[in-house]
Amino acid sequence: MNLAQGVEGGSPALNISIFALFVVATLVVVFRASRNTKTASDYYAAGRAFSGPQNGTAIAGDYLSAASFLGIAGAIAVYGYDGFLYSIGFLVAWLVALLLVAELLRNTGKFTMGDVLAFRMRQRPVRAAAATSTLAVSFFYLLAQMAGAGGLVSLLLGIEADAGQAVVIAVVGVVMITYVLVGGMKGTTWVQIIKAALLIAGAFAMTVWVLGRYGLNLSELLGSASERAGGNDALLNPGERYGVSGTSQLDFLSLGIALVLGTAGLPHVLMRFYTVPTAKEARRSVVWAIVLIGLFYLFTLVLGYGAAAIVGSETISNAPGAENSAAPLLAEALGGPVLLGFIAAVAFATILAVVAGLTITASASFAHDVYANVIKKGKVDSKNTEVRVARITACVIGAVAIVGGILAKDQNVAFLVALAFAVAASANLPTILYSLFWKRFNTNGALWSIYGGLAVTIVLIVFSPAVSGTEKSMITGADFHWFPLQNPGLVSIPVSFFLGWLGTVLSKEHLEEKYKEMEVRSLTGAGAEKASTH
Amino acid sequence: MSTTEPSTHPPGPETWAEVHSSAEFKQLRKRLRNFVFPMTVLFLAWYLLYVVLADYAHGFMSTKVVGNINIGLIFGLLQFVSTFLITWLYVRYANRKLDPIADKIREDIEGGAQ
Repeated sequence: MNLAQGVEGGSPALNISIFALFVVATLVVVFRASRNTKTASDYYAAGRAFSGPQNGTAIAGDYLSAASFLGIAGAIAVYGYDGFLYSIGFLVAWLVALLLVAELLRNTGKFTMGDVLAFRMRQRPVRAAAATSTLAVSFFYLLAQMAGAGGLVSLLLGIEADAGQAVVIAVVGVVMITYVLVGGMKGTTWVQIIKAALLIAGAFAMTVWVLGRYGLNLSELLGSASERAGGNDALLNPGERYGVSGTSQLDFLSLGIALVLGTAGLPHVLMRFYTVPTAKEARRSVVWAIVLIGLFYLFTLVLGYGAAAIVGSETISNAPGAENSAAPLLAEALGGPVLLGFIAAVAFATILAVVAGLTITASASFAHDVYANVIKKGKVDSKNTEVRVARITACVIGAVAIVGGILAKDQNVAFLVALAFAVAASANLPTILYSLFWKRFNTNGALWSIYGGLAVTIVLIVFSPAVSGTEKSMITGADFHWFPLQNPGLVSIPVSFFLGWLGTVLSKEHLEEKYKEMEVRSLTGAGAEKASTH
Repeated sequence: MSTTEPSTHPPGPETWAEVHSSAEFKQLRKRLRNFVFPMTVLFLAWYLLYVVLADYAHGFMSTKVVGNINIGLIFGLLQFVSTFLITWLYVRYANRKLDPIADKIREDIEGGAQ
């Protein structure tokens, strides 16, 4: 058997066994957690019964996707300093969530972003708009995760054949659907908590291990990484990746802005704030998330440079999966097949947990906003119908994710994630901030900022070099790009804020009374949804 | 049994308008906005400064300070420090200055509605 197809020295059987163990253990937890899932609040928001620390850990589990774990460590190993910039954007972004969004959102909504907008606006149009952008962001993010799963399969299990990879992606998809159907938000949350604990513990152990080799001296590690890469400090200085031209520098600025403003608009992050009983617990959630995510990114800095020093940038670039193989190769170099198996299983678990979180968010948004409030005009006969619709939607989304993952497995994962962040920062964040803080904001403004932001972002992406015109584009045979940047954030975010303002002032609708109620509720938590009492 | 939907009868619009114009609520809103708005401007400006420096000031960021550790790495790590610091400051501020007023207003509203 030729193991060199996957990571050399790895044992696919061992990798699969450790992953299977994770799946079995989490399924047991999910089944146990599902016993009390009865109402919509149980299904969507886990009865609002998680504590801040639990929810914070789950947020970290939801947020630290395969792109952050494998992608950032790999980017640091290959491009050095420029890879580090991603982690900083992803972390600082949490201050937007902490200071401006988390608590106020928890106090005014029930399950979805649409709830917050619908509070003082015309229900049906704004819910339809909120659901559209939620589904768009979830879809791009979901595709990115599933495409990553395909790459991981060839990397870690040594499965090169298309059919074999498709089978593994389908299995991952079916397990994920089971989590969501059986466990609802509670089961999904526990999967995320377990995964976050494994991921952070594994990264911590490897970090100590790497630093131990260099006498716990970061400077020594950096020196060794730089020497191995050619000794000219290129790995330590900024500019290796984005300093090539004026356009790539502008592109980096655009990416930086989309990263810092996108997080607080990601629907699966927003929905997590509804799983705690009070705004104060939502605040504690974010604090825990910031600490865990921050520590994790510090670990990836060491892991990235560790991989560059111990494995070598060249070896990583030439391995199957290229950059994404940095962390697995480092694990193999440090702890042999067992550590590699553990890291491989954690990487799969990561994809599974993130995809489950996205699926439940997208299905909640469809069932709660579109089905119950737009189609049925808020007159659903019983809450169980809504949950049944959510479960059916979850199956459909799961099927779409499986097919999409199989089709998109050769796509650039980072591009898809950046797209999701750009849409979240453009369509969602301006709308949420205006809705929470601007008295004059109204239905028309919300529609303009959501649909306008969504349209501008997608148009700019379609006509960007990410889609056509370069060797690395999605479509290599044609060139119809006219927008120079890979990431549209620099243009689309200001345009969306502007459209939200313009749409508002062009409409005569004033919603003073409802705004007063909303502001009192959002700041004090009066009348907010309580935890269920079983 | 599970009671997941709100069981309270929500206060009418007059109650909300009344609370909204009360001195207590105005103070709460002022305190919240006085903290979060300037702090948001501050951390976004500091983050943008860092991104622009890393993007355009390569020479400066590549200056070595101690061993192989350069200014770029130190600035990057300082972003982590400032994020943790702002988080800690906000939690302390919210616990001391926001929560007591918010709790009192909420109890008044919910107590009065029952």
